[in-house]
Formats: sequence, structure tokens, C-alpha cells
Amino acid sequence: MTKVASGGARFGADSRGRYNDRIFRGTSRASAWVVIAIIVGIGVMLLLGSLQAFREFGVIPFVTGTTWDPVRDIYGALPYIVGTLLSSGIALILATPVAILTAIYLSELAPRRVAIPLTFLIELIAAIPSVVIGLWGIFILTPFLKGTVEAWVVGIFGSIPIFAGPPLGIGLFAAGVILAIMIVPTIVSVSREVINSVPATQREAMFALGATRWEVVTKAVLPAARSGIVGAVILGLGRALGETMAVTMVIGNAQDIPTSLFDQAQTIASKIATTFNEAAIGLQTSSLIALGLILLVITVALNIIARLLVWQTAGPVGNE
Amino acid sequence: MTVNVDQPVPGTDAGVPAPAEPSTTLRRVETRAPREEADDAATATGRIEIRNLSAYYGSFRAVRDVSMHIQPHAVTAIIGPSGCGKSTFLRALNRMHELIPDARIEGELLLDGINLYDPAVDPVQLRRVVGMVFQRPNPFPTMSIYDNVVAGLRLVGRQPKAQLDETVERCLTSAALWDEVKDKLRQSGTSLSGGQQQRLCIARALAVDPEVLLMDEPASALDPVATLRVEELIHELRVNYTIIIVTHNMQQAARVSDQTAFFSMGEDRAGYLVEYNATTTIFTNPSDQLTEDYVSGRFG
Amino acid sequence: MTTQTPAIPIRRTLTRTAADRRRGLVDRFFRWLALGAAIACVIPLAAIVIFVTLKGISALSPDLITKPPKALGIGGGAAAAILGSIQLVGLATLMAVPVGILAGVYVNEFGGRRSGRVIRFAADVLTGVPSIVVGIFVFTILVLPFHQYNAFAGAVSLAVIMIPVIMRTTEEILKIVPGTLREASLALGVPVWRTVASVVVPTGLAGILTGVMLAVARAMGETAPLLFTALGSRLINVGDWSRPMDAMPLFIYTNARQPYETLNDQAWGVAFLLLLFVLTINVLVRFRTWGRRAG
Repeated sequence: MTKVASGGARFGADSRGRYNDRIFRGTSRASAWVVIAIIVGIGVMLLLGSLQAFREFGVIPFVTGTTWDPVRDIYGALPYIVGTLLSSGIALILATPVAILTAIYLSELAPRRVAIPLTFLIELIAAIPSVVIGLWGIFILTPFLKGTVEAWVVGIFGSIPIFAGPPLGIGLFAAGVILAIMIVPTIVSVSREVINSVPATQREAMFALGATRWEVVTKAVLPAARSGIVGAVILGLGRALGETMAVTMVIGNAQDIPTSLFDQAQTIASKIATTFNEAAIGLQTSSLIALGLILLVITVALNIIARLLVWQTAGPVGNE
Repeated sequence: MTVNVDQPVPGTDAGVPAPAEPSTTLRRVETRAPREEADDAATATGRIEIRNLSAYYGSFRAVRDVSMHIQPHAVTAIIGPSGCGKSTFLRALNRMHELIPDARIEGELLLDGINLYDPAVDPVQLRRVVGMVFQRPNPFPTMSIYDNVVAGLRLVGRQPKAQLDETVERCLTSAALWDEVKDKLRQSGTSLSGGQQQRLCIARALAVDPEVLLMDEPASALDPVATLRVEELIHELRVNYTIIIVTHNMQQAARVSDQTAFFSMGEDRAGYLVEYNATTTIFTNPSDQLTEDYVSGRFG
Repeated sequence: MTTQTPAIPIRRTLTRTAADRRRGLVDRFFRWLALGAAIACVIPLAAIVIFVTLKGISALSPDLITKPPKALGIGGGAAAAILGSIQLVGLATLMAVPVGILAGVYVNEFGGRRSGRVIRFAADVLTGVPSIVVGIFVFTILVLPFHQYNAFAGAVSLAVIMIPVIMRTTEEILKIVPGTLREASLALGVPVWRTVASVVVPTGLAGILTGVMLAVARAMGETAPLLFTALGSRLINVGDWSRPMDAMPLFIYTNARQPYETLNDQAWGVAFLLLLFVLTINVLVRFRTWGRRAG
């Protein structure tokens, strides 16, 4: 009589097989839920950790407070929120046009022999550790900026408050530049996917009407890819907001809200990075955790919005 | 390099008024100042001559050595089994083929005596003169019906609104679509049915005022009713345009065209022109056995 | 059949008007601009790699790699950091790989549509969480309760960062494994778990491994999660997970900000080693991916 080997797990003859099956399913399901547990855990623990600060100051006063004084135990988040938004804003302004043009070049204009290695090199930037970029930033980039761009701008426009000197190199502008360098690969790669998802028939139709290559891009491809590209930019923004090490190393160390591009400043991430370990357990630590919570909420929200926009245009893309 | 065309062939443009703007009808294919006196106020005749045209993808020859004269203001159908280069050949006629990386053409393509593959000819200009309608309707989804029709016109620059309005009405009428959409011109181009979208694409192609209209299986993605409307449309349009249509539907070719070219695949896997004649001849009394086999449905 | 076809005005010819010439110029201008933008993107990469290599190589010495920081004064090397990185990333990998792969397997093979989407979404959200927030999180659960910075917490925070990366890669690779393979195996009566473990996963193993390699490279370079967990240390720590441990990124961060050039140079040296490691892995992985895609 032939062994009912094949029937196996399906027909319940092999109980060991079913047992193993269940173990396997169980552990893999458990692993999947670990991921959920981590997310939920992050949210919960940060919320709990922030409670003391929020109870002490109230949420809105904390968010809008401008004083951070460990001596008097008064803490407010505004300078760091502003620093975060400004540095990321500068990064966006610098990075977005370059990144979108680059994505267009790589997807539409470049011959394959050029596009492939170039794409690879740009993606490689995203792999460089933030602290290495920060090191390069402190010793190479900031002196360079100080001597060239900043000196030039302060020299000509220094009377306007936004461009007031002195040009130290270190500061908000340097942080913006370094962030721009770091988020370009993100914007480029997501934009490329979005652009590539525009159907070829759209381009053909435009060509057939007698359009130049650039006109095909601007009139057929970009309008169709628009919301996805916006999503790519928002993803870049999200990345900039959460970036810690390189920013910390070049943004200086200031307590006040920056008024000039070339002031020193702090972002939420850099503030946490530099003061967390010395902070007194209690209100000060809670305030720092509250800062972290604010950052978490903003970045997660942006991330979700961005992915929705990209999905809408290009379908589910899975990269970061 | 200046190429001047010879005297226009009279009598081929029934009902078309004589040219009123001499400077823009000058036949020069180089980048010189456009406002030159016309020594031959030529109207386009859509007379196409193809000489030894071969189309390559890299080193692979997809179309071998085609030579034919296309009759102006008539419908020429290109039929043949799939894979024998009909679409490739069609795309060679408006220089869309060369947009594919490593694709190239050998041979000559003459429109009213001018070789379209001459280096001095700008493909961008050429594609306004030789328009194309594709297999799947492809209106621009982010544009309204109105904007779709004038998309090609807007490429050249700002146009006065009155002129655009007039063009929209004229071309949608020519495409037998005006009555159906005249009240919803601002709606998206994709809000129409498949057949309507295809007629919209035809209107869009007509708006840039081409001489020649290339159609790559324009009705194959449409239902039978829509197909019939498009076929009627093609029949009407030939009064003013030279139409070349690729179709895998023999009955359609028989219904719609005046001339038919039968392509087949050779042993080198390149498509070649087997026979080219009046449609009635091809279908009732073809000269080549291959043609006869194909049109009577014999294979193998 | 005749219809009233309105009169068609003058035919276009092949003339180039001034407008057309302008269009041609605009076309060429923007195409060059786009090329310039692409090159501009690569310039920082070149600048970073070149400077880190130049300054890093000149700072390399046997001491740097074998000696820990001097107990008093300036000098010594980065042995503590290098050993620490290896251990931290090693433990993190041991924790993250099974969880990540199994989670990816679950989402792809077993997950009903809905739970699969929820978990995938959670992983996506997790990749967007700033790494410093991850550090705070692990601090609150593994450092604060014990009032002790410890290396184990550091490894856990690195694992948290690695898990979504590995999970995503696993999921995508498994998606590519043809369904017919699974069906054939199941049709032979092989139980589901065995099908997955012995047929599906091995088929995708190469791809999954590249995902793991990329995650390892990422973890090697992460600083922020370690700031509040492993903390860093001047002492060599081998195997004591209950105490702080140094790591290469922490070493770089600390020494970059010191006002002593010797220490700055050490930072460059370690940065070069780190960059070399990370870039090598990335280049290897991409070449393998291309080989598969091109072939």
C-alpha cells in the first residue's frame, strides 16, 4: 500500500506536518506583528514621556514657547521648530529644482549608457552615513561656504536682515545646503519612478503633434506626473526634517530663533542630540521627549501624505 | 540647402482656396528667415514617394526596401499579417521611428519632392505636416476636450482665442464629434467613450493642419459601432487629406481604401512590400500568389 | 457619402518660422540645463568621497585600528569603536534578520489582503521615523528602567532600524517568485510551511541576502539611535552588553567636535574606513541586482 505521503498536511494524516505548519505560521505572524508593536510602542512611549512637559506647560504654550532654560526649568519648543522648518525649507528650495531637472534628464533625455551609471551614483549619496557627511561638512563645506557664497551674499545684501552676517560658515544656511545634498537622491529616485509611470502613448501623442523633446516633457509628461512629483518632494522634506547628525554638526549651537540665513540655530533633532544625555531626568527630559514627539508627528504625517500622492500617480512604490 | 518644389499639380485640391499668404507657403527646408517671397505659391498636394525605404532596430532590419507612390487625397491601406513591419513602416513616414534608441532608416521619403530624411529637415516641423492617430485613443488626461484639440497649435505659441475657438469647432466638426461635445468642451478628454476619444484624437491631429494623416489601426480598440463611425470619417477626410491607414482588418481595408499595399514577412524576418495596387484589384484580382492567399484567408 | 466639410485653409509646409527657431533654442537650453543639474547632483558625491579618502588615508595607521583611546590625554586609536561597531551591528543583525524575513514572508505568503496591507503600511511608516526618535524610544524601554546606558539597547535600536528594510526587500523578492512554483510544490503535497521554507525562500535567497547586506551597511553608519543607548565609551568593551559600548559613527561624531587636530584626524581615519565599508557593500549589491536585471 502506498504511503499517503502526499496527502500530508492537507488531509490531516500527518499531524507533525500540521504542527510545524502552525508553528511556522505563528512565528511569521508574530514577526509581522512585532513591526506593528514597534510603531505603536514608539508612539505610546513618546506620548507617555511627553506627558510631564505637556501637563506642566500645556501643549500650545509648549509648542509656541521661546524659552529653553534648564536653570529655571522652563522649556519651549518654538526656536527648534523654526530652526527645523527653516533649514528644511532652505534645503527644499535648493534641492527641488535640481532634483526634478535631474529626474527629467535621467528618465527622458539621457541615453541609457549615461542614465544608468548616473542614476547609480546619485543613489549612492543616500548610502553615505550622515555622520561622515557631517564631518565633511564641518571641515570642508562650511569653510568653503564661508569664503564664497556667504561672503558674497553678506557683502552685497548684508544690510537686509535676512542676509545679515557675520558669515561664519556654520549655521542655518550650511545646514540647509547639507540637507539639500542629502535629500536630492530621495526626490530624484521617487520622481523618476513617477515619470516613468506616465504611459508612453502620452509622449507619442505629443511627439506626433510636432513637439520638441522638451515640450513633450513639459506638456505631456509633467502634467501627468505632477502630483507624484509633489509627493516625491514631500518625501524629501520628511527626510530633511528628521535628519540629525549632519545637521547637528554644522548648524552651530544657538538658543534663539534665527533671524538671518547665516545665524546659528538648532533643529529639534540637533537639540535632542546635543542635550538629551545631560538632561535632568524629569521635566527637562520630558520636554526633550516632547520635542521628539512633535518631530515624529510631523514626519509621519508628511510621509503618509507623500505616499498617498505618489501611489495615486505611480502605483505602490516601495523605497526609501 | 534649399530645395524648391516644382509647379503644383493642378486639379488635385478640389474646393481648396488658392493660397493667400505667400510667405508661409515657401518651400524651404533650412533655417533661413521665413519671410521670403514665394516664387511658387505651392499648395501642398500630399504626394508621397517612397524609395527603397528600410527600417532598422539596431542591426535588425524590420522593413526591407519598400518603394511606392502614395496617391494624394486618397486612402491607402496597408495590410498584412502581424509582425511584418506595417506599423514600423508607418512610423517611418513621420519620423517617429527614429525616436526609439538605436532605430534608423535607410532610403528616401519624398513629400512633394522634398526628402523628409534630409538632415536639413526638422522632424518637429515634419510631424506637423504628417500627422498620426494611434491604435489606442490617447487624449491628454490632464487637458479638457478644448485643450486637447488645440494642444498642437499651442506648441507654436499663444494664439488669439477667436482663432482657437474657430479651430476647435472646425476640427471637431471634421471629426464628426462637434455635436456630441459642443456643450462640454471644458470637460476632461478622458470623460468620453472610446470611439469619441479616438475621434477627439483625430480632431487634435487635424488641428495642426497636416497634409497627410497616418493612422495606425485606428479602430482596432473600438467597438463595431464606433469603428463604423471612424471608417465613415476616414472616407470623408480623404477629400482634404492624404490618408495612410494600417489595418489588420481586411474588410475594413476593402471598405475604406482606394489603394492597398500588402506587406508580408520575408525569410530574413523583415517585412517587405509584396503588392501595391488599387483596392479592388488587390481583393478581386491580385497579381501575387501570396496576396491572393492572404486575402482569401489561406495560410500555412 | 458627402457631408458638408468646412473649407480647410492653407496647408502647412516645412518652413521654420521665428517661433520654431525659438522653440528649438528653448529645447536645447533646457536639455543642457537638465544635464547640468544631473552633474551638479553628482559633484557633492565626488567631493565627499575624494576628501574623506584623502584625509582619511593619511590618518590611517596601525595604532588607529588596534589601540583604544588613551586613558589620559590625547592619542590612542579607535579599537573600541571598531570592535563595538562589529558587535552592535552583529547582534542587531541576528535580531533583525529573522524578524524581518519572517515578517516579509508572512505579508507575502499568508497575510490576508487586509492584514498584509496594514503591516506593509506600518513598515513604511517605520522607515519614515527619524532615527533619533527610535533612539528615544529604546531609551525609554531599555535604558531608563535600569538607569544604565547599555550596549544591548544600542543593538536593539539598530535592529529596529534594520527590520523594515529587510522586511521590505524580502517581501518584494518573494513577490517575484512565480506562483507556479508554489502551486507545483503544494500540488505535490508538500505542506505550506515547507513550501515556503524550502522552496520559495531559497529561490529568493540571493535577493533577500542583498537586502540584509544593505541593512547592515545602513546600521553600521547610524549614529543617532546609539546616542542615548550604547552611549559610546573610551574603553574597549567586548561582550558586556550591560555597559556602554563605542561605535565607529559615535567615535567620528565625538572626535570631530573636539578642538584637537589629532582627534579630528582620527575621525577622518575612521570615517574613511566606514565609508569604504558602506560604499563597497552598496556597489556590490547594485552590481548583483543589475546582473540579474540585465540578464
